[in-house]
Amino acid sequence: MNKYDLIVIGGGPAGMAAAIAAKKAGIDDLVILERDSVLGGILNQCIHNGFGLHTFKEELTGPEYAEKYADMVRQEGIPFELDTMVLSVEKIQDSELKAVTVISSKLGVATLTAKAVVLAMGCRERPRGALNIPGTRPQGVYTAGTAQKLVNLEGAHIGKEVVILGSGDIGLIMARRMTLEGAHVAAVAELMPYSSGLKRNIVQCLDDYDIPLLLSHTVVDIKGNEKLEGVYIAQVDDNRAPIESTKKYYPCDTLLLSCGLIPENELTGGAGISIDPRTNGALVNESLETDMPGVFSCGNVLHVHDLVDFVSEESARAGEAAAKYIRHGLGEGGKSIELKTGNGVRYTVPCRINTANAPDLTHIRFRVTDVYKNVSIIVKSGDTELIRKKSQILVPSEMVDVILKKDKLSSASDTIEVFIEEVAE
Amino acid sequence: MIKELTCICCPMGCALKAEVDTQGNVISVTGNTCIRGENYAKSELTAPVRTVTTTMISKSGTPIPVKTKDPIPKEKIFEVVKAIKSISPGLPVRMGDVMIADVCSTGVDIVAARTIK
Repeated sequence: MNKYDLIVIGGGPAGMAAAIAAKKAGIDDLVILERDSVLGGILNQCIHNGFGLHTFKEELTGPEYAEKYADMVRQEGIPFELDTMVLSVEKIQDSELKAVTVISSKLGVATLTAKAVVLAMGCRERPRGALNIPGTRPQGVYTAGTAQKLVNLEGAHIGKEVVILGSGDIGLIMARRMTLEGAHVAAVAELMPYSSGLKRNIVQCLDDYDIPLLLSHTVVDIKGNEKLEGVYIAQVDDNRAPIESTKKYYPCDTLLLSCGLIPENELTGGAGISIDPRTNGALVNESLETDMPGVFSCGNVLHVHDLVDFVSEESARAGEAAAKYIRHGLGEGGKSIELKTGNGVRYTVPCRINTANAPDLTHIRFRVTDVYKNVSIIVKSGDTELIRKKSQILVPSEMVDVILKKDKLSSASDTIEVFIEEVAE
Repeated sequence: MIKELTCICCPMGCALKAEVDTQGNVISVTGNTCIRGENYAKSELTAPVRTVTTTMISKSGTPIPVKTKDPIPKEKIFEVVKAIKSISPGLPVRMGDVMIADVCSTGVDIVAARTIK
């Protein structure tokens, strides 16, 4: 009892895809642990469309995408425990087993053991406290995702006159959502000179409703004692410092914050697993395995994605790798290649590749540090170019995925560099 | 006349340039990397359409996520949302259930996007 081959932590898109892939790879003794009372994770509140074009070849809403995966989980007969919070993950001393301690009204506090664990806890929003906005602390300031949950899952009316700080996708989606719910969105302010949201969201959520996007602008003051009365927005200079003379007052009863997502890795850190400070996710290898053998990470807890389809695909690979680990262990003795970032590349997932375990096609996913036009993505080891791929446009808001064929690895040394080559014109 | 727009068919977000004649016909499209970009520019500049998603509030107060089964004309968005908000159905609903047939004479159905018991 309480012993499993595989425990998947998180029943959102990542956890469900990982569990389904592991089950299909022959792992029958598994369980998904989910803290919410339904499967699906954040997708349930993402009622907008745009999900599933890659996975299902049709455009679905978030709840539909979640329900299709939840149906697959049930069809595969994969057990899941809802309303179950994982408190810790630890490696059991002198054993390959991992201990997963949970709390729920059904189980009380219980320790489950597993040969392998998939971390699929997702991410959370950067809160006001992490943004250093001066001013009072009135009611009416929400993170965009909190507002999304209140409006879409609870049917709440949260405000009539709205300002949004941050042009992340959730902020853009909420600009349209609040408009359709009868509110007026005065502006979306973005600190950076470019939006961190997808192009289609800027077009369909802002342009369609004539909502201005103020690039290089930020909220510099919040007014109101008990209830929000308004915010001051100012333009920022090249060093992102507000320009006092540009300060303008926007009366509003609602301020939504869409200022970035942070992988939720308290369990990972508590387990002693190394975290990459660039992604705030675990450092993983080609099998999406962390530096604790048999513990895998995928989806938004590994690095924040912009498309759920990419989450599902990546998580299925983590589930397959976990199945391989459980059945006969991952191969040892291959060459270990470290992935390094060069010009324009903020991070890569994975960070190292063991040639003994590399699949035929290794996905290297990364984000660029800036907007690049007409450049080449280069993957190079020593003097050997393994990949050269031209790109018309690369933006920080859109994850890049390049595929490295296994036969290319034989010509690689012990490091591979991924960088953006800018062509002088 | 040259009209500039951003293609939204995929995350590429191609910057499209469309040449439009005085009658409003699209003569040529450049900047696209696939055929969808050309089609998008043509439809966006002549008859723009959108998929609308919102919630319908059930009798018990639980929001039901709904969507237009196919895209509808852009200028009908608010009319369609008003029609959706004007009714409050009972539960349960199943994903795909038709909540309003032929909404606002668009020929498009409003369907439930989630099973709610």
